[in-house]
Amino acid sequence: MSAAVAPFVDSMRAAALPASGIGWLDNSRAEALQAFVASGLPNTRDELWKYTALRALEQRSYVARDENAATSVVDEGTIALPGVDGPRLAFVNGVFHADLSRLDDLPQGLDVQPLARALAENPEPLRFLLTRRAAEPRDAFAALNSALARDGALVRVAPGAQIHAPLHVVHLGASADSPVAWHARGFVEICEGARLHIVEHHAAAGEHAHLANFACEYTLHKAARLDLLAVQDAAPGATLFRRSDFQLHEDAHVALHALEIGGALARHELRVALDGDRSRAETRGAFALRGRQHADTELLIEHRGRDTASDSLWRGVADGRTRGVFHGAITVHQGADGADAQLSNKNLLLSEGAEIDTRPALEIHADEVKAAHGATVGQLDERVLFYLRSRGLPAETARMLLVRAFCAVALGGVEPQVLREHCDALLLAHLPRSEEQP
Amino acid sequence: MLKIDNLHVRVAGREILKGLSLEVKPGEVHAIMGPNGAGKSTLGNVLAGRAGYEVTQGSVTYDGTDLLQLEPEQRAAAGVFLAFQYPVEIPGVNNTYFLRAALNAQRKARNEPELDSREFIGLVREKLKVMQLSPELLNRAVNEGFSGGEKKRNEIFQMAVLEPKLAILDETDSGLDIDALKQVAEGVNALRDPGRAFVVITHYQRLLDYIVPDFVHVLADGRIVESGGAQLAQELEAHGYAWVRGRNPAEAAA
Repeated sequence: MSAAVAPFVDSMRAAALPASGIGWLDNSRAEALQAFVASGLPNTRDELWKYTALRALEQRSYVARDENAATSVVDEGTIALPGVDGPRLAFVNGVFHADLSRLDDLPQGLDVQPLARALAENPEPLRFLLTRRAAEPRDAFAALNSALARDGALVRVAPGAQIHAPLHVVHLGASADSPVAWHARGFVEICEGARLHIVEHHAAAGEHAHLANFACEYTLHKAARLDLLAVQDAAPGATLFRRSDFQLHEDAHVALHALEIGGALARHELRVALDGDRSRAETRGAFALRGRQHADTELLIEHRGRDTASDSLWRGVADGRTRGVFHGAITVHQGADGADAQLSNKNLLLSEGAEIDTRPALEIHADEVKAAHGATVGQLDERVLFYLRSRGLPAETARMLLVRAFCAVALGGVEPQVLREHCDALLLAHLPRSEEQP
Repeated sequence: MLKIDNLHVRVAGREILKGLSLEVKPGEVHAIMGPNGAGKSTLGNVLAGRAGYEVTQGSVTYDGTDLLQLEPEQRAAAGVFLAFQYPVEIPGVNNTYFLRAALNAQRKARNEPELDSREFIGLVREKLKVMQLSPELLNRAVNEGFSGGEKKRNEIFQMAVLEPKLAILDETDSGLDIDALKQVAEGVNALRDPGRAFVVITHYQRLLDYIVPDFVHVLADGRIVESGGAQLAQELEAHGYAWVRGRNPAEAAA
């Protein structure tokens, strides 16, 4: 650990751990914190952090919790999403918020609980979940998350249950007296033949510069299906580290859509493990950046089962003096014969000052594999802009029409339609001068 | 309606138009013919307002205003339409959506009420009588995967919906077989109107068998070197462009 990371680490170390007194939990938290302190923050010499420097973060310090979070008054309108009116699990600054949540009358077969409550009531069943990864080498923020998470989402779908109404999991960053660093975890288990739709929603109430660290593990048992829409619309000053791990057993299927528009610095690590035969993953995502935002998406897909499939389509739009990073890596392991792996990442620079770094990577150690990957960074085509303008569309309308079309392939599969249109509108509204949209 | 006076235009530092003058009145159809490299497409692009065309001398007046001062979308709203020689493909932008957005943007700029989707569909049905396009093409992305003929018919269909006052057709006949050529010409003829003028830019006389112009102009080396009636096109076809150069040695050399 270098001296430079001291303020950040000290503020984390000073964070009083959530009271527990549970031996195994205390130990695993202490180990994880020790691992973080030993490694410090990742730096750009680390290949996975090459384009995302955390120097500015090293100098900051945070308080460990917002004492008022659980009881803060939040206008429900700030988290409402069209087409999402089923059960809701809401956290404000990392702490469960009962008033914003809707956990009564859960559909049969769906179990949703805040993690802190489950730990307080009956910790033993969580022992495996909370300690199984402690021994693995993990990145700094995952370690920090294991050490400091106070709360989170605990979701289970019983075998065969088909849960169609989306479960709204809200992480709201709300104004507080000082910047807060909050860490939350999630465990989502979808049992055999079951189906779940989740909308993971990072939203903001008021200005703040909090640090949010959310790590969620999804386990899809045999023939389970997960539809996940992740809308990241955090406060402009916020720092976000997210990690989503998906483990798929045979015939399991995950369809992910990710929209990234918020935060000053936002990093999302996605790890998809296609362990079971015939498991498959579709990942789609789009980011739109303005001002001086920095967004970094890291997508690592591992094909291990036979006849597995992954199809990934990601789009990035960068304006102003922003920087977008996409790292998509697919590994087809030995024995994963018959894998089909497709990855496309296209990016659009809307200004001279914006920068996008994209690194697709493909590693194949199996036979009969179909794989393709490609990445581009370009600008709006002047010929197309002129064509649209020559038909009467004002220049800005024409630009927005093209940006929307560019991202449509990534968000076109979002269901229901009202939610897709909302995502579309969020994305366009985030880019400057979009008010002329016809 | 349109008055081009002594127009000089540079593209990438090279002078392409060298003193072109032309006057077009409402209801007239003017054909601009000429060999490759004469500046035909430059004329179309500079009238529609494409970037990269530097006017160094001369003027273009349209309905009494300085056309060159207007942005491309302002020209469109004022009634100028360019049918592109190479219509672009726009993946992800629905043909019908785009056309309605364009029409409503023009109407908004002219302080006319915008059309709702029901009114627009009605208009599309009516205009499909002018230029047949399969509903499948209407619902696809703009020009994406269209054949050459379908792209050109889509241009004429757009023109029918947008109802411009001045339509410039830039080599709309290029790459068309005879059937497609006839269809395009029929579409254009259906839109001929005492209030609407056409400038038909073409390399070959063939199109003018079907769209019979009121005037034919020969553009060579950046200026109009010969003007006449519809029969001039036939003479050109018979004798070739060298014939015009031979008749106007001083101008052709200038």
